[in-house]
Amino acid sequence: MGKKRKKKNVIPGFGVSLGITITMLGLVVMIPLCSLVLFSAELSPTEFLKTVTGARVLSSYRVSFETAFFAAVIDAVAGLVIAWVLVRYEFPGREIMNGLIELPFALPTAVAGIALTHLTTANGWVGSIFHRFGIEIAYTRIGITVALVFIGIPFVVRSVQPVLEKVDGQYEEAANILGANPRQTFCRIILPEISPALIAGFTMSFARGLGEYGSVVFIAGNTPFETEIAPLMIMSKLQEFDYSSATAIALVMLFAAFIILFINALIQSRASRIVSGID
Amino acid sequence: MKQKKKCGVHGWILIGLSSAFLIVMLILPLIYVMVTAFREGWHSFSAAVTDKYAVASIKLTLEVTLITVICNTLFGIFASWTITKFRFRGKKIISTLMDLPLTVSPIIAGLIYVLTFGRQSFLYPYVKASGFDIIFAVPGIVLATIFVTFPFISREIVPVLTAQGTDEEEAAALMGAGFPMIFRKVTFPHIKWALLYGIVLCTARAMGEFGAVSVLSGHLKGKTLTMPLYIELLYQGYDFSGAFAVSAILVLMAVIILVIKSILVYKGKEEEL
Repeated sequence: MGKKRKKKNVIPGFGVSLGITITMLGLVVMIPLCSLVLFSAELSPTEFLKTVTGARVLSSYRVSFETAFFAAVIDAVAGLVIAWVLVRYEFPGREIMNGLIELPFALPTAVAGIALTHLTTANGWVGSIFHRFGIEIAYTRIGITVALVFIGIPFVVRSVQPVLEKVDGQYEEAANILGANPRQTFCRIILPEISPALIAGFTMSFARGLGEYGSVVFIAGNTPFETEIAPLMIMSKLQEFDYSSATAIALVMLFAAFIILFINALIQSRASRIVSGID
Repeated sequence: MKQKKKCGVHGWILIGLSSAFLIVMLILPLIYVMVTAFREGWHSFSAAVTDKYAVASIKLTLEVTLITVICNTLFGIFASWTITKFRFRGKKIISTLMDLPLTVSPIIAGLIYVLTFGRQSFLYPYVKASGFDIIFAVPGIVLATIFVTFPFISREIVPVLTAQGTDEEEAAALMGAGFPMIFRKVTFPHIKWALLYGIVLCTARAMGEFGAVSVLSGHLKGKTLTMPLYIELLYQGYDFSGAFAVSAILVLMAVIILVIKSILVYKGKEEEL
């Protein structure tokens, strides 16, 4: 099908549009990226290692990874349930619920941050309830996780929802007729179909959570070794004009993000190979 | 639609759980902002948002958002047209680079611009000679916002154009239509809703960007503070009612954006059918 088109582009305007695309891409993405690479090349390896293995930096990585991971797990579960409800059931308020999902995209993170903080302090609307049971949310890692759950929820829902909509009802019916109970049907029929999308959503909310700053700084309390996240470490190095340390910490974070996305890409391509039947 | 079932007991439990989660996580913060903003009455609210610096921050946010949306719309249209309608080498690289800003932490986005235009950069002599401040000034804020929202519009258009294929454009080209004509008469009607949807998402993110902008802003009151940064300043100065008053404006904008978004999605689906 593509053979004929390979020879020549019939559609006009290739030069202009490629030119504009590359120019803007160059200005906005490529030049800054090159300067990051150039600057990193100048860092001395010993200093780099010393910065990224400093106790405070290491603990900030741990806080970031732990909170982002737990938040992504909670998002995956909650997101799956919400997507399921939105696709499978008809109930009053469904349209409103569907429209609400993108709220964390639309609401500025700083606003979400201060609102969540005030809600979850010991005398906040929600925090006071938990406070009675001795659980503090704001200014602890639980607080950071709450903020990251808020940020990540649309990624899972919007990733799973379209796939769930396309799941063919025939297979479920067949499973039913063959005597499967609802749990078996879900685990054997539906989950395998939607798991690539669920993993993609999980990955995106995990990766986003690792880098999130705006909503977290307010709720975190930013105590060193306790609730200090990696992006905040970069920020404080920048405020001291210590660009080499900031860059070193940032490179490790970038590397981690790329590994996560790469693993996801592997899973996705394997899944699409299985679906298309090409080995 | 074929699968929509009446919900049984299980269904209602799941609906209840989802609603409870969304109400606590998403709606409660909105209500809290609104209640706190107006707790001390309309007067203190209007005093907070008509403050000289508040007005300056609102203006700056609108300016930055407008420039960002224009730039990214232009880029989004041309980039998605290029990578869906033509075959050429390096297409994969372009689409990877386009989506890169999505995976980069906003703080790191700010950092790479500091490294690009800051004192230690190889570009610094040229920047200085031009007498044009970029970092810790408005141009830096604009650049950071453009970076963070760079792929928002192209990501919405590309799937639509890919699904549509190139046959219609080829036919138009063979009948002698030029690029502007093909775009306006053939391509644009297909991508109209996706484009608007992308613009809405881009607007939302641009007006709310905090991390990247925070790195590149000099935090000068009335000069380089966007609304989210101004909220941070008020909040850190323990002026909570002021912070929530300015936040209320952003909440209102977010709700408007959500409504417009829902309308666009609905219209787009309607046209498909």
